[in-house]
Amino acid sequence: MVKKSLIAAAAISMSAAMLTACGSDSNASDDDTITMGFSQVGAESGWRTANTASIQASAKEAGIDLKFADAQQKQENQIKAIRSYIQQKVDVIAFSPVVESGWDTVLQEAKRAGIPVILTDRAVDSDDTSLYETFLGSDFVLEGEKAGEWLVANAADADVDGDGTIKVVQLEGTTGAAPAIDRADGFATAIAADPSIEVTASQTGDFTRDGGKQVMESFLNSVQGIDVVFAHNDDMGLGAIEAIEAAGLVPGKDIKIITIDAVKDGMQALVDGKINFIVECNPLLGPQLMELAKKVLAGEEVPKRVVTDETTFTQEEAAAVLADRQY
Amino acid sequence: MTDTLAPAPPTPGARKAPAGPSRWARVTGHPLLYPLLAMVVLLIINVIATPTFLNVRVQDGHLFGSPIDIIRNSAPVLLVALGMTLVIATRGIDLSVGAVAAIAGAVACTRIVAAPDEGALVTAVMAVTLALAVCVLLGVWNGFLVSVLGIQPIIATLVLMVAGRGLAMLITDGQITTVNNPAFSKLASGYLFGLPIAFLVALGMVGLTALLTRRTALGMLIEAVGINPAASRLAGVRARTITWTVYTFAAVCAGLAGVIIAANTRSVNANSLGLWIELDAILAVVIGGTALTGGRFSLAGTLVGALLIATLARTIPNIGIPSEANYLFKAVVVVAVCVVQSPRARAALRVRRPSVTKVEAR
Repeated sequence: MVKKSLIAAAAISMSAAMLTACGSDSNASDDDTITMGFSQVGAESGWRTANTASIQASAKEAGIDLKFADAQQKQENQIKAIRSYIQQKVDVIAFSPVVESGWDTVLQEAKRAGIPVILTDRAVDSDDTSLYETFLGSDFVLEGEKAGEWLVANAADADVDGDGTIKVVQLEGTTGAAPAIDRADGFATAIAADPSIEVTASQTGDFTRDGGKQVMESFLNSVQGIDVVFAHNDDMGLGAIEAIEAAGLVPGKDIKIITIDAVKDGMQALVDGKINFIVECNPLLGPQLMELAKKVLAGEEVPKRVVTDETTFTQEEAAAVLADRQY
Repeated sequence: MTDTLAPAPPTPGARKAPAGPSRWARVTGHPLLYPLLAMVVLLIINVIATPTFLNVRVQDGHLFGSPIDIIRNSAPVLLVALGMTLVIATRGIDLSVGAVAAIAGAVACTRIVAAPDEGALVTAVMAVTLALAVCVLLGVWNGFLVSVLGIQPIIATLVLMVAGRGLAMLITDGQITTVNNPAFSKLASGYLFGLPIAFLVALGMVGLTALLTRRTALGMLIEAVGINPAASRLAGVRARTITWTVYTFAAVCAGLAGVIIAANTRSVNANSLGLWIELDAILAVVIGGTALTGGRFSLAGTLVGALLIATLARTIPNIGIPSEANYLFKAVVVVAVCVVQSPRARAALRVRRPSVTKVEAR
């Protein structure tokens, strides 16, 4: 999900983004409506586009005037967008930082201009926490824990070969990415509760289907008696399904699969019985963001860290909600 | 490996001489000796880690096992490297192949999804044809920049490397497009005569290229352009046409690779499809003994190089290298292969066999 796009995007969409950033009139904060400047990372995945759509829709619903800029994966574009929001005197600035570091200067400028800042989805590593009001986003450690807890609760069922130990192979996200590190940590913490569960092999699949498939192909030959696959995102899980099927096994039965994200293709596989459990990583944080923005502007106290409302899906639960999924 | 594919013969004398020492010299002097040795070493390491590594069994009517996975997964790199070999032989380089692969995958998948009958064979054929046609255009563009405008190949193809992925994102709307077409996924996951179709396609392309370059004058003309473009032009070689052709060919190969990668997971992710494949391909070409300075090229070498890279990719999860260290492991193996292949190292290795050095007329 947190895919690094090394690509400068096409000039057309770039200029379109700039127009959106600068096109509106500049005295927006004169009237009663709240104006929010939002700088998005980019449009690198289905998760991200759902995130954007949610923010745009809920701003409209909440009667908030949204100025939206797409940073095309570049920090300098985000800094430019934030500076332009400061000049336009918006009421509140929200953004998903492309990277963790290097935000102090521009956030100081916002602070001096008296504009509150809300971080969404990703954090900044600034020591001065007064630079932003709150950070709204997923707790990746918690996601890993939820995946591990489900496995512990369903341990008897997950021991497919009945040998008393549950062998888990882990498909990690991109090495060094926060979700990959945190999800592995959370999972390890949760499964420590049951000594019969062990992670026998773990390798990065780079959050991609192709990566997940190739690593799983190898594990199927090198690890004897795999009971469970834990994939750090749906896509790698979907790749693993292909590899398992090619090996003549039945995903979801011969090998249980747990993933994180709950994107549409993943949910479909869950309903089809090929995945056993998905922990949601919810991109639809628009409503929570608008609510927080209103509270901040009304002078109410908000917690420094707000975790996105997230749930988990079993196969039955997925079947019930699949039709209404927005992403 | 047939004689058709054989790389530059060591020396005419060594080739004819039937005596024992010269055969030994031919083996030790062969440019592919060390890549092949490296592959054997990697396989031995894998067998030590997993004793069943080389086991191949028949399953659902086709062969199944790690070696089969390796040759199947080598197909995209092999295809890209094949095109790259000819480009490098003309003293060029094509950095855009990864982006071209992404575009091909994007075009094929969006075409299949948009088709009225998503699962039909004709849909898959049309989509792949369209994708390859787009690649021809992209290759013509690269060739135009290099051969007509005379832009340095590394810069000329950098344009498409950067813009191409953006283009692929535009085609897919930045989304992962999933397709359900049995014929399309067979291209990567299917088997013919028990062997992976993807590998057979790649091998077929190598065979075809070998036929065209080694049984006609085309190979010699390509090498002539690579050794000295000006001299070859003055000698009557149509250097511009040759250059244009190899870039177009490279783009088509990359497109085929992109379609196979997309078919492998029945989906296209414009961000990650074929990412860095240009580097793996250049590596395969260099390991195979084709110099980046142009001129002589070896298709057999490229085949060995691509298989070595696929074996290496498989070795990492098989022997359980931690994710943090896998790039390092890959680098160490590559450096080791390049070092033993270097003329200095090979000369040093030969010194210990005085009887051999006499025969080597290098």
